[in-house]
Amino acid sequence: MYKFYETTIKTQSMSLTEKFFNLNFMYILLISLMAATGVVMLYSAANGSWSPWALNHLVRFAFGFCLMIALAMMDIRWFMRYAYLFYFASLFLLIVVEVEGHIGMGAQRWINLGIIKIQPSELMKIALVLALARYFHTSSLQTIESIRGIIPPALMTLVPAFLVMIQPDLGTALMLLFTAGMIFFVVGVQLWKFGVVILAGLLSLPIAWQFLHGYQKNRILTFLDPERDPLGAGYHIIQSKIALGSGGVFGKGFLKGTQSHLNFLPEKHTDFIFTMLSEEFGMVGAVFVVLVNLLIIAYTYSFAMKSNSYFGKLVAIGLACNYFLYIFINISMVLGMLPVVGIPLPLISYGGTVMLSVMSSFGIILCVYINRNMNIGKD
Amino acid sequence: MNRDNDKGKVLINRSLIVAVGKFVLLMCIILRLYYLQVYQADKYKTLADENRISTRLLVPPRGLIYDRNGVVIATNQQNFQALIVAEQTPNLQQTLDAFKKIMPLSEAEEKRIKKDLKANKSFVPIKIKDNLTWEEVSKIQLNAPDLPGVIIDEGLSRYYPYGEKMAHVLGYVAAVSDKDEKDDPLLEVPDFKIGKSGIEKLFEKKLRGKGGNLKSEVNAYGRVMKEIEKNEGIPGERVDLTIDARLQEKAYDLFAEQDQSGAAILLDVHSGEILAFVSAPSFDPNAFSKGISNAEWKELLSNEKKPLSNKAISGQYSPGSTFKIITALAALESGTIKPDTRFFCAAKMTLGTHTFHCWKRIGHGYLNVIEALKHSCDIFFYETALRLGIEKLADMARRFGLGSKINVGLENEKAGLIPDKAWKLKRFGEPWQQGESLISGIGQGYILTTPLQLATMVARVANGGYEVKPTFTKLTSDEKSHINKIKVHSAYIDMVKEGMFEVVNVPGATAYGSRFDYHGIKMAGKTGSTQVRRITMKERQTRILKQDELPWKYRDHGVFVGYAPADNPKYAVAVLVEHGGGGSKAAAPIASKILLEAVKLDTSLYNPSPEKTLTPLSLKKDVIPSE
Repeated sequence: MYKFYETTIKTQSMSLTEKFFNLNFMYILLISLMAATGVVMLYSAANGSWSPWALNHLVRFAFGFCLMIALAMMDIRWFMRYAYLFYFASLFLLIVVEVEGHIGMGAQRWINLGIIKIQPSELMKIALVLALARYFHTSSLQTIESIRGIIPPALMTLVPAFLVMIQPDLGTALMLLFTAGMIFFVVGVQLWKFGVVILAGLLSLPIAWQFLHGYQKNRILTFLDPERDPLGAGYHIIQSKIALGSGGVFGKGFLKGTQSHLNFLPEKHTDFIFTMLSEEFGMVGAVFVVLVNLLIIAYTYSFAMKSNSYFGKLVAIGLACNYFLYIFINISMVLGMLPVVGIPLPLISYGGTVMLSVMSSFGIILCVYINRNMNIGKD
Repeated sequence: MNRDNDKGKVLINRSLIVAVGKFVLLMCIILRLYYLQVYQADKYKTLADENRISTRLLVPPRGLIYDRNGVVIATNQQNFQALIVAEQTPNLQQTLDAFKKIMPLSEAEEKRIKKDLKANKSFVPIKIKDNLTWEEVSKIQLNAPDLPGVIIDEGLSRYYPYGEKMAHVLGYVAAVSDKDEKDDPLLEVPDFKIGKSGIEKLFEKKLRGKGGNLKSEVNAYGRVMKEIEKNEGIPGERVDLTIDARLQEKAYDLFAEQDQSGAAILLDVHSGEILAFVSAPSFDPNAFSKGISNAEWKELLSNEKKPLSNKAISGQYSPGSTFKIITALAALESGTIKPDTRFFCAAKMTLGTHTFHCWKRIGHGYLNVIEALKHSCDIFFYETALRLGIEKLADMARRFGLGSKINVGLENEKAGLIPDKAWKLKRFGEPWQQGESLISGIGQGYILTTPLQLATMVARVANGGYEVKPTFTKLTSDEKSHINKIKVHSAYIDMVKEGMFEVVNVPGATAYGSRFDYHGIKMAGKTGSTQVRRITMKERQTRILKQDELPWKYRDHGVFVGYAPADNPKYAVAVLVEHGGGGSKAAAPIASKILLEAVKLDTSLYNPSPEKTLTPLSLKKDVIPSE
């Protein structure tokens, strides 16, 4: 299908023009389709107004789009070379945020750079994938299958995950753990090791429970029984299900969602935007979004398969995992299948950091695709 | 290199597993969407509508109440209230201060307003003050620029144009209390008022009407976004009473002028329709619909004349000498006495060890039944009762409506008491004494009657022995033609009526001072008084204290039953004046004026002549002291 864009085998550097024509335009189209859906929904969320969200979202997408193309034009070896540096920079920022948070006596997730606010945990999602990809790229299967070889990447994962967890941002911490876990799985870590970790995790659950914040405990309890507190923590999920269910097959129509427009639905422009979409466009709209995202993930996998380099494969798979987790956790959460953990729906939910983070991921994935024929050495 | 190939293969194999896993998870999402949006769609659509649609009950206007001539006696008045909407005023305190300059607010009121403001969303109007006068409304409107967020709201509140004069008939409306049966969603509406007593309570269902609905779309905070559907409901039905507002007013005023406590009932003798129904003193029912203050309420409760008690049906009194009508009828009907039977009154008689006195200390001499009624001779009726016995007496009393509830429909109606042998045995475990028959014969002893029962009794006598039943609603002509005849010989009733005519119209009789002659129309009646204290032996030997010399609460009750016109009765009246000091002095004049007013207003009774030649006689000149 993408043979049309494929140029003849070029193992070494390509010109920018060549690279540009090597972009997967179908992939970019699918991404733009989701971002456009986001603009449409944010326009509706503001009761049919471009402000305060829709226009901003469009601008951010445009900026993210440029960032994506720019990253796609990069030399893939550059990502490998600076993977650890990027990782440690992100880790440093996470620590800065943590320390600042302690001083400011409150939850702190942001670093204010004046023009934009950066969420180091979002940077870490990409940095961790790149760093793990580099580590496993350079390790032999023997090393990977050994216990000693698994300790450095495990630490690479656990340290930032812990820092994010104590921010506290349970959702992002879990995403880091799951993404890393999937990478560990695909590179060939033996299944019994996962068994051990999962068992250890289950056994430590009662202890971990003690360390959870009150609202986090509440969210989990509420997930298990939403009717427990219909006006408090359970309210969101009950209202979300009502909005979704009442949308039916074809929805109530654009700008006509009663649950969202009468404000019964909370956070309709951020975490619960999928609910609003499902209310206004019904199951047809909801399935459309799921399928487009499925296609985006499928494309990413095909890019991974096409890549000649282990690093490239692993980066694409890792970033696909990350994107999949966003989609799956967010939608499952609004459908009442998972606890409310505060994960937005990328490209559609309003929010600058996530937009930049996923567009950067797409840029790196496209870079893997463009450089699919390049072999990368183990150094 | 071989190992690197393996590494790549592992990656591809495992990635495929992960990819399949992801695919499966996304399909789970689609299944879940199907479950929620197709399988359970109806359930959630209903829930979404419940969320979004708020139904507000619309209170229907309460039905009006009219008197027999179509005069409104209970109506709905516009009630203006000042409300404040917090979000429409830039500075709440400043606005409230400005309001206080126009109309003072008590500290408690201000506290309540602030509490309500805190408890409600900022777009919810909060009541500042209600029951505003027109003047106050215009003041607020004049100062509107200083009062941002203050709005005037119009509601309906119950209003009784005749106020306290009709209070014991109409009752009053007040807020629903926990005790009230909640059979209508309207009762849950805040500030909704229901009939708490009187006609308002009796005809509550009819007067209330049916509530309407206002369906509107609301947002999550309860703010109304748009109106969806409006159903006005059904206004309460009108109720037409038999009361004649003019007679009611006249009767009440007769009590109020002299600050008397008591009751008066005026009936149509042929139908039992109640034309006037007074219990005095009374209370202002308008105060109840506006919300009565604690101080007013305490004052009503502590008043020794008991303005809240409906004496016409709840007050039980000895009928006194008015009961002699029954004694006479029972004795004549049973043949105990003949029309020409005479007894000698020597001022006292003895029975066993007891001495029984006549009210007249020099005695009446020989008299027959008509004369005995005319002079209200006690000895004659002692002798009669002695021969008659309590059972026959009680039986006749019951035929004339005494001793059981009339069931006129108002609450707290009492049954009174007509004693007999069985009752006494059951009540006291003692046999009946002959002496008790004697005093029963003059309406004393155990006998208790309500003023309404006395009115019923006299109406049944006046109409020639038809079993009319007092009612507040008009009788159909069919109902009127189906009134039962009481088993009493008409000739005996005529004899009693002759006696009653003489009571009023013969000089020296007990109510001669209260007679009238209007175009030849006269009244008849019977006086009565009931002691509320015992006259001691010592007092009898020296001098019985005059009523005026006693404190109010030790004075006798005055009773009068009567009817007019005497020759062709149409109106029957019973008047009871508590501690009025005797029937002829206190009750008869009031009864006379009520009957005269009824006769005057009923032009069908006479040919109205342009020049009024005959005026009612002055009542001052020859007042005869009480029996």
